[in-house]
Amino acid sequence: MWDTIFPYLLSGISVGGQYALIAIGYTMVYGILRLINFAHGDVFMVAGIIMVYIAASGLPLWLCIPLVLLITVAVGFLIERAAYRPLRSAPRMSVMISAIGVSYMLQNLVLYITGGLNKQYPTIPGISDTVAIGAAKTKVVTVITPFLVIILVVALVMLINKTKIGMAMRAVSKDFETSQLMGIKINNVISMTFIIGSFLAGVGSILFFTNYPTVIQTSGAMPGLKAFVAAVFGGIGSIPGAVIGAFIIGIMENIIKGLDVILFKAGVISAPLGLATFSDAFSFALLIIILVVKPTGLFGEKVTDKV
Amino acid sequence: MNQKKSKTPMIITLVLVAAIYVAVFIAEQTLPANSMLFTVLKKGATYALVAVSMNLLNGFTGIFSLGQAGFMLVGAYMYGIFTIPIAQRASVYQYFDGGMIQFTVPVIVAMILAGLAAAFFAFLIGLPVLRLKSDYLAIATLGFAEIIRAIFQWNGLGPITNGSNMLRSFPSFNDFNIRDGQGNVTVYLSTLIPFLMAGVCILLIVLLINSSYGRALKAIRDDEVAAEAMGINLAHHKRLAFCVSSFFAGVGGAMLAMYQTTVQAKSFTSAMTYEILLIVVIGGIGSVTGSVLSSFLFVACSEWWLRFLDEKQMIGTFEVPLLRNGFRLVVFSVIIMIVVLFFRRGIMGDKELPDLLSRRMKSEGRRKK
Repeated sequence: MWDTIFPYLLSGISVGGQYALIAIGYTMVYGILRLINFAHGDVFMVAGIIMVYIAASGLPLWLCIPLVLLITVAVGFLIERAAYRPLRSAPRMSVMISAIGVSYMLQNLVLYITGGLNKQYPTIPGISDTVAIGAAKTKVVTVITPFLVIILVVALVMLINKTKIGMAMRAVSKDFETSQLMGIKINNVISMTFIIGSFLAGVGSILFFTNYPTVIQTSGAMPGLKAFVAAVFGGIGSIPGAVIGAFIIGIMENIIKGLDVILFKAGVISAPLGLATFSDAFSFALLIIILVVKPTGLFGEKVTDKV
Repeated sequence: MNQKKSKTPMIITLVLVAAIYVAVFIAEQTLPANSMLFTVLKKGATYALVAVSMNLLNGFTGIFSLGQAGFMLVGAYMYGIFTIPIAQRASVYQYFDGGMIQFTVPVIVAMILAGLAAAFFAFLIGLPVLRLKSDYLAIATLGFAEIIRAIFQWNGLGPITNGSNMLRSFPSFNDFNIRDGQGNVTVYLSTLIPFLMAGVCILLIVLLINSSYGRALKAIRDDEVAAEAMGINLAHHKRLAFCVSSFFAGVGGAMLAMYQTTVQAKSFTSAMTYEILLIVVIGGIGSVTGSVLSSFLFVACSEWWLRFLDEKQMIGTFEVPLLRNGFRLVVFSVIIMIVVLFFRRGIMGDKELPDLLSRRMKSEGRRKK
């Protein structure tokens, strides 16, 4: 029984960690701008495509990774600068529509560059190797991911709680206008948020595509949406919440993928039910349940509407 | 609304619309049937209906819903399931022993069923979702569309939905052409009929918008709290708008099925919803005329006018750089971003065609057009 479940659990933890890195970007941007950054999943995908092309150019790998992260950060920064900043005083829906437009544009741009073909992600020596844990065989990246996520999250929480820019971020997310009056340069704070979010999405994309090594223009959409669900589940605006939500979603999704096999081996069912179809739908069902039962998520703060 | 509104702009609008229908009919009889124009007109009519139905929610009620693709999927499937000829069922449902449903209904009944099914799903979804606010509602409806997609792809429902395989062989737009005994087309109707379908549905939506219900919806959009204080039942009106919008999205889905001649659940992705949302934005949020115009523009640009960007072009001996497959979409998305960022009111803002006409008549005196 355990031997059947364990591989699914393992890949669930790994995928959960990768979702967590994307979810942080969503949750931070939402915390500050109250914007669902629909383009964030596509930034994640663009990071994957950039890696494909940089690795193909023949640069050594130790140079590739920092370069990919740098370009991803630049992309995130530029998106905010070009598509969100001009709409700072516009209604929230306009900004959201702009985010959808950016997502559409990034996907089409990548479609143009790749010609709509699946691109093979380069293998990164060290983390692409196979290891055996108990009975399960898996890639090193699966094992590394949760630890790397925890290190990055701790570093991020330190940044937010101990540094000046972190304090500014907390202030801006509490009250946009007042913090502006207190002399905080909110544009810098917002840029910083996008830089951090894109950086983490870049790291996430390296981990994710090492596991699922094909990149196409739509590969960012689903992980992006699920990461957003994770962010809402954990309570939007809360970083630990996003991480925990992402792990829960990653694990549940992979268990559902393997549910047919698990139930079959346990003798509950005699023929496959095709439940794997619902692995994506599950995240959204969870989203709706949490929104109805506890709209602020697991760790979210309660907001009251003023007339 | 202005009480003393002159009737003339309204009449001019009606004449214009009638003229368009006549023009479509004549064009169809005279131009070759495989002309790109008709592809654009058919798909444009379909998208116009769906865009107007989305506008009813996003523009007139202020409910930011992103579930349109899901409701279209329900409509398209309902239409397909009930109209595939019985003789064809064995081959369409080859993995499910010819399927469970062994009867067909007329096209028009199937379309209404498609709408009703979508409205029913909307009613169920609305129970939990309509209580949410702005962007939470957007993401919840988006999620529901994904759930619907998964349900329709599930092999467990295969005898009804054909699982993840496609539905085909149902009547398409081309079957509306009237043929003589030898199968030669005598009267072309394959573009006029979708125009009529979309026209009737859009007319119904316009009537709803201009009724007292419509005014209540606009009040909700402008200020929920104030609307509630004026005695408008928020839950009831939001549910009404959501169900009506989904009904027409379902009918639009059925039309899309007729246009595509095949239906497969996996093509109704959130990208489709985004596309329709962008159409609504380009047309102007809160303008039916705008949504219709921008649907045709959007379809024409993406299917026809910008096609040349996808092929190599030579100016003399100079080969224009960058042009290859996919460039059209890049240019297209840049245009969309420009509209979203700098022309936020879209083509029409929140004006309708009669508004424009009456303003022109006022400002230019009685110069006849």
